[in-house]
Amino acid sequence: MSFLLDLLRQGIQWVLVLALAPILIGVIRKVKARLLRRQGASILQPWRDIIRLFRKEVVIADNASWIYRFAPYIIFAMTWVAASLVPTFAAGLIFSWSADLIVIASLLGGARFFLALAGMDIGTSFGGIGSSREVMFGSLAEPALIMIVFIVSLVAGSTQLTEIASFMLSNTELRVSIGFALIALVIVVIAENGRIPVDNPATHLELTMVHEAMILEYSGRHLAIIELASALKLLLYISIIACVFFPWGLAPHDASLSEMGRGVFFYIMKLSLSGFLLALFETSIAKMRVFVVPEFLGGALILGLLGTLLVFATRSL
Amino acid sequence: MALVGYLIISLASLIYVGRADLSKKVYAATGALCGFIFMTSVWPRGAEILTIELPLGVPWIGMHLRIDQLSTFFLAVINLVSAAASVYAIGYGAHERHPMRILPFFPLFIAAMNLVVLADDAFTFLWAWELMSVFSWALVLTHDYATENRFAAYVYLLMASFGSLMLLMAFGLLGGADGTYQFSSIRGASRDEWKAGVALILVIFGVGSKAGLVPMHIWLPLTDPAAPSHVAALMSGVMKKVAIYGFIRIVFDLLGPPAYWWSIEPITLGAVSALVGVLFAIIQDELKKVLAYGTIENIGIIFIALGLSLAFKANGLTAAAALSFTAALLHILNHALFKASLFFGAGAMITATGERTIERLGGLIKLMPKTAILFLIASLAIAALPPLNGFVSEWLLLQGILLTPALPQWGLRLLAPVAGIVFALRAALGAACYVRVYGISFLGRARSKSAEHAREVDDWSLGAMLGLLIVCISIGLVPGLMIDAISPVTESLVGGRLPAQHFSQWLTIAPITEVRSSYNGFLVALFVVISGLTAYWIVHRLWPRPVRYAPAWDCGYVDPTPLSQYSASSFAQPIRRALGGVAYTAVEHLDMPKPGDVRVAKFGVEIKDRAMIYLYGPICAAVLAASNRLNGFNYLKIQEYLAVVFAALILLLLVVAI
Repeated sequence: MSFLLDLLRQGIQWVLVLALAPILIGVIRKVKARLLRRQGASILQPWRDIIRLFRKEVVIADNASWIYRFAPYIIFAMTWVAASLVPTFAAGLIFSWSADLIVIASLLGGARFFLALAGMDIGTSFGGIGSSREVMFGSLAEPALIMIVFIVSLVAGSTQLTEIASFMLSNTELRVSIGFALIALVIVVIAENGRIPVDNPATHLELTMVHEAMILEYSGRHLAIIELASALKLLLYISIIACVFFPWGLAPHDASLSEMGRGVFFYIMKLSLSGFLLALFETSIAKMRVFVVPEFLGGALILGLLGTLLVFATRSL
Repeated sequence: MALVGYLIISLASLIYVGRADLSKKVYAATGALCGFIFMTSVWPRGAEILTIELPLGVPWIGMHLRIDQLSTFFLAVINLVSAAASVYAIGYGAHERHPMRILPFFPLFIAAMNLVVLADDAFTFLWAWELMSVFSWALVLTHDYATENRFAAYVYLLMASFGSLMLLMAFGLLGGADGTYQFSSIRGASRDEWKAGVALILVIFGVGSKAGLVPMHIWLPLTDPAAPSHVAALMSGVMKKVAIYGFIRIVFDLLGPPAYWWSIEPITLGAVSALVGVLFAIIQDELKKVLAYGTIENIGIIFIALGLSLAFKANGLTAAAALSFTAALLHILNHALFKASLFFGAGAMITATGERTIERLGGLIKLMPKTAILFLIASLAIAALPPLNGFVSEWLLLQGILLTPALPQWGLRLLAPVAGIVFALRAALGAACYVRVYGISFLGRARSKSAEHAREVDDWSLGAMLGLLIVCISIGLVPGLMIDAISPVTESLVGGRLPAQHFSQWLTIAPITEVRSSYNGFLVALFVVISGLTAYWIVHRLWPRPVRYAPAWDCGYVDPTPLSQYSASSFAQPIRRALGGVAYTAVEHLDMPKPGDVRVAKFGVEIKDRAMIYLYGPICAAVLAASNRLNGFNYLKIQEYLAVVFAALILLLLVVAI
């Protein structure tokens, strides 16, 4: 019985992340619109767009292979699994031990692998340009993420997110290294999710686009699935920040219904706040050139390394 | 003994020259023999150690052979991959125009590698090592009509002699108490730390020149493209591992208790190799060169893990040492498996298209669907993506690096995070590299006529790839069983092992404790499959609109030529510009005609290896200058020769006297 309940909690998480991901995008768009003194669409608009895309016909290029048709599902599945293994509203869910933070990072790497392949499948120049840039950004963002994992898990003595969260809850003193990790992670989040100033999710200009270039040929339900996956990815990163650096309000693994409700409430608050901050940041900065991005990401990498060295040098910083 | 079997096969191939189907029979016999040795090596036989003394070799010393846990592990790796290579060659070898350049040497090469891991005295070890070099050299020379192949073989021979020289000097330092060179007496001899340390440095150079550590790596990207694919698979996948066996055998077994500073050189050279290897791999146009540089990168990773293990062992942190050592062994096995299958895939592509550079391929996924799937799995494995086996060993190594703050020495504690960042960088770059290889050669549109007319390769080749990849997938899904299987090796060499994994819940692996870190490849794979199928089912159930096919849209017109696709070099250009400067200097030449001029515009990139510029360039110049000076000695009169000989004799006598 308790096993079934545990399974149920994991199932709630599985569905919850999926349901919330497009809404988070909606919140960001809404806040951005308001900051630009526009009315803005409803926060449910991304969901409506996705469902509309699902209804549309799928047009595929003549020379597409099975990679092109199945990549959206593989990308989506990997991202979805990664997102449902991060503690969002409750810690220590039944399968949380099956993957630690390194596995989650690598699952995202796998999703990137297939996305880049899908971009190259049709053999137009746009897909190639997107894939090439994506792997360049990825090859700097992923090591930065691993360095952040180093800092956090050296401080907390574990690579399991649940353990890290409970450590952070009980040890509240400020550490320089954790600060570095937070800044670096924010840079990684911005780059990995194609947000301004690295990429602009709202543009289709060949000089600037990265993510959009790879998926340019996708249509209908394939496009919808990919959009859903990228929304999930943003949610996943923000959940990691919330769980590692601000783990307040996480429900315990054997939580009652009211505790779980409280956990969900806290989680939604954290998501909305970070969505607001991200929108604020995006409206106040300009897009950067593609070859400036490695320097931006290099900053995250260096911060990660400095933080790790600090942890190695002294246990208290 | 089975080794004699290899000799017989080789001789038989010489006797039956010219018979029809000879190559098939030779490869089948070799494969069967490898399979047999593999089965005997993995057959459970307790912890007993077999030793044999044969009255062969150097008079009065004989030839000592020994099978312990470490040899067993390497026997299994060598023979598993060799068996697959033989099966592959049954199909692949049929396209060989000069089969007799390979057939006699192929079984002998495998036999020599087996002999290296069996050797129990320094003479046998060095002899087998040399045999391994010479036979592989002969195999590299198979296609000696091409100048670059002859050059490759020449460089290889030079580097191999350098390596043997270093090992010879190392064993000279290590000799046992009464001047014997049996491993048992070397093991028992007491020596001071510094002498052992100097021997260690010599060993690293000796082994590194065979394994392809930077800066002794220059021969590797030359020989692998020169050798036939199944030989290249053995040289890259197995022979490098035999070189690492040499390192493990000497450093972990023979040298005695390690000092902490021994670990600095393997970690540093390993980190440099890993980074330089991957940065070169990502810009290569020739598939086999990509794989060769990828081998350098992976050898680097293995050396990082071994170095960490030494550091932990020197400080008495047995659990951490066992963790790093397990990571190294597992990566040795994993890399042998997927690198061999990638070489098989590369060979299949060369057979099917006749093209060696990926720049002229494209769209092969439709013409060679089976090869495409197998190559994709191998690429995912080498890119260290879960739930495949490459990820497991890299995950274990990361867990090992996370234990380094426990080390008391400051130098090591500052070195470890740097090794960590290099490791993380190369993991992501490695994935980018295989995206590029796969995307350019299998996806997109055909870039040449030959790529348009490719067809699927024979079943033997596919079967060999499939066999190795099934092992890859199984290790990825249930890594705990593999970790348990290699724990006797760890126990015999670092004095500890990881906690038994097969007891844990659902075969989760937890190298230290479950609270600290755990990973379950099977469950992660299951979740991904369930999530993917759920999404697929729901989407197709709710919105089952059929798919419509149309020409690719390229900004309002249908793209007329496949040349407008991203090419391999344009794909790698951003990474080359952002990070490449670490490993090489790249000079871009652009020749752009003025408006109105009808010349063709030209663009080219010249890549120079920094090791070539700063290390080998000056050495070659010095050797050339010295030989120019000494050239006069070739044209002396007989009296002058006698005088020179006499002077040399006096000099040597003086040296001995002093």
